[in-house]
Amino acid sequence: MAEKVLMKGNEALAESAIRAGCRFFFGYPITPQTELAAYMAKRMPKVGGTYLQAESEIAAINMVYGAASAGARAMTSSSSPGISLKGEGVSYMTGSDLPGVIINVQRGGPGLGGIQPSQSDYWQATRAMGHGDHRLVVLAPATVQEMADLIFDAFDIADKYRTPVMILADGMLGQMMEPVTLPEALSPEDLPAKPWATDGHKNKRPHNITNSLYLTAEDLEDLNIERYKRYEKIEAEEQRAETFLTEDADIVLVAFGATSRICRSAVRAARDEGIKAGLIRPITLWPFPSEAIVQTLDTAKAYLSVEMSMGQMVDDVRLVVNGSHPVEFYGRTGGVIPTPDEVLSKVRQMASELDSAKGGE
Amino acid sequence: MAEQKEEKVVFQRPHALLPVVTNYCPGCTHGIVNRLVAEILDELDIEGNTVGIAPVGCSVMAYNFFGCDMIEAAHGRAPAVATGVKRVHPENIVFAYQGDGDLASIGMAETVHAATRGENITIIFINNAIYGMTGGQMAPTSLPNQVTQTSPYGRDVSTAGYPIRVCELLSSLDGVAYLERVTVDSPKNVRKAKKAIKKAFETQRDGLGYSLVEVVATCPTNWGMTPQQAFEWMRENMLPYYPLGVYKDVVAEGYADAAEAAAARAAECPIASHSVEGGAQ
Amino acid sequence: MSNTLNVVLAGFGGQGLLFAGKLLAYTGLIEDRHVSWLPSYGPEMRGGTANCSVCLSDEPIGSPLVLNPDALIAMNQPSIDKFAPEVTQGGVIIADMTLIGSVPDAPQATIIELPATQMAEDAGFKQLANIICAGRLWAETHFCKEETLFKAMEKCVPARKANMLELNKQALKIGIES
Repeated sequence: MAEKVLMKGNEALAESAIRAGCRFFFGYPITPQTELAAYMAKRMPKVGGTYLQAESEIAAINMVYGAASAGARAMTSSSSPGISLKGEGVSYMTGSDLPGVIINVQRGGPGLGGIQPSQSDYWQATRAMGHGDHRLVVLAPATVQEMADLIFDAFDIADKYRTPVMILADGMLGQMMEPVTLPEALSPEDLPAKPWATDGHKNKRPHNITNSLYLTAEDLEDLNIERYKRYEKIEAEEQRAETFLTEDADIVLVAFGATSRICRSAVRAARDEGIKAGLIRPITLWPFPSEAIVQTLDTAKAYLSVEMSMGQMVDDVRLVVNGSHPVEFYGRTGGVIPTPDEVLSKVRQMASELDSAKGGE
Repeated sequence: MAEQKEEKVVFQRPHALLPVVTNYCPGCTHGIVNRLVAEILDELDIEGNTVGIAPVGCSVMAYNFFGCDMIEAAHGRAPAVATGVKRVHPENIVFAYQGDGDLASIGMAETVHAATRGENITIIFINNAIYGMTGGQMAPTSLPNQVTQTSPYGRDVSTAGYPIRVCELLSSLDGVAYLERVTVDSPKNVRKAKKAIKKAFETQRDGLGYSLVEVVATCPTNWGMTPQQAFEWMRENMLPYYPLGVYKDVVAEGYADAAEAAAARAAECPIASHSVEGGAQ
Repeated sequence: MSNTLNVVLAGFGGQGLLFAGKLLAYTGLIEDRHVSWLPSYGPEMRGGTANCSVCLSDEPIGSPLVLNPDALIAMNQPSIDKFAPEVTQGGVIIADMTLIGSVPDAPQATIIELPATQMAEDAGFKQLANIICAGRLWAETHFCKEETLFKAMEKCVPARKANMLELNKQALKIGIES
């Protein structure tokens, strides 16, 4: 068993990425993800890898595009405003079927926003990271340990389905230290072969092309349909969620990342008061873990989406619940972190509403 | 049947240029330059380990024309994409083929920074002073008073600013090993252009630093001229603004490579003139 | 109820409060408990107010952001003004009285007034008032085994600053015995 160490989330993401076989990191400084880049700058030269501080987030994602096309496990990281700049590159990576990992250590927005933790890039990550028909696999860790673990999944999913994958963290997770057992490092032979890579044909095969341009409409349509078949497979096979006390819960909270930790405390406190609350924590934001919610539809009476935003994931909860149950929202935004007490008050309020509704029957 | 005479091949398609129909307009100089690049890939026997980056612009489909592995980049990002490839496979030859809008407008940051990093890559830069693919709009290299679709009264430098001279701009950067501006308006100049392109690829092969060849080119279609008129207009107007010649050649200056030239230039700066400790094992 | 200690360490940037917080966190790591350490970050950490939250618990930690600390180490006036009223019932406040003029009312908590910065200066290491406060906090709460505290210090001080390790341990002792 590897030793437990105390690490910042940002550093755990970096170290674990290296262990997952990433040797190419392209980044640009921005709070609150800078420790990740700084860690890479320190470590990459020691493992024969490349850390390159790009001239912009746009250049950084395009360097990832190049390195991924050349067959390497490549990664970039940023925080909200910088992630917006990467949108172009992510769309091109998708259109060219390139794997790669993008990390967003979210801060408050819009615009320059603030530097405190936020989850207000949920829509951007799950709906519209770039132009065109596409999906982006989005993973949401809630602990430093999970940050270290999910990086491996991110690279594996990226390679398996030839798609970019985002890890959606936030300033709290990035900055906090927790004990973590780092996964064991992969060796180069553990990494999948990439016969499609543009790494020089050595006069042994026809030339490989990385490209997203298709001027014949039907060709582009065919490719998009093929890609959506892959997305269907991802939806069927890669949904992940953790549930906590949901079996008998009247009120099911749905929260991811840092907010899920706060909700866990709130659920415990609610149970202490005799309110049957539970928590579903999506680990994949896309594919959204609808299965986990569907399984509670028979027992739950109401749902509460808790987010560090004005309410974004709540849309996905409503899509799954589809009008059969009330779905409410509680959130703080701009970098304000909701407290367990605030969440508990909301749960109490919902519980009393359920009670009075029952009384009125 | 006639008596068979022994045939001697005097001209053929380079191996690195695939037998496909290009999308270039009649009289366009892209075809000449595509061919020159392919001839050099053949002559240096590097097609098998070369990765080319196509831009967004008239040569966007160059990924279908060259026989080496090819990548289509987002508009302006070719130097960043080339950087990614080269860092993964330093032993590969990596080149980007870019037009003026791609290289000097939307991609200027990528251009300047790849050059100043001394990325060991080669850029073939086609400067025809106009956006061709989108139908003839003003380019960063469009000349003062040049009429285009988006400078219908002529490029007014008081509002649209001045054209960018790319070779001159990049020549101040320490990562650059070799810069030359050429044209392809005559057999003699085509031969000179080929020599420059070859030298650029050799510069990369020998690991000397960043290399770029700017080809002053024409766009008969969007300039609204015949190919011959276009060459004449180019000679008359573009060459005085964009003089041909070598803008940087660190080897000719007596240095082993760009790094040595940069060190000499910074010799008076204490922190810049010693190598960094630590880093790689 | 689980055995949990939530701590806020607050003062000016440069006083080593994030470091002292790390020391507490390492004790939890060594004793295989659940631990979190969360700094305030951004412009305010560069010379302005700096604080960090540390949670030590036998159960998984919910929010790592401590709003109502069981223990507070405060090393300037704004910090004690801000956090003392938030300390939980039966909590502990360690106040560095060299830098604090007056302690606000906090009848719910035990207030330890300690001239930590002066004590550190007298001992010849004025940078280590943070550690004196941490030592005193341990003496008040015994949040880990005593040997763990010193082992944690060995983990916190990087090998290249080995000469600092002894001084830090001395500062801990001064705090414990204060």
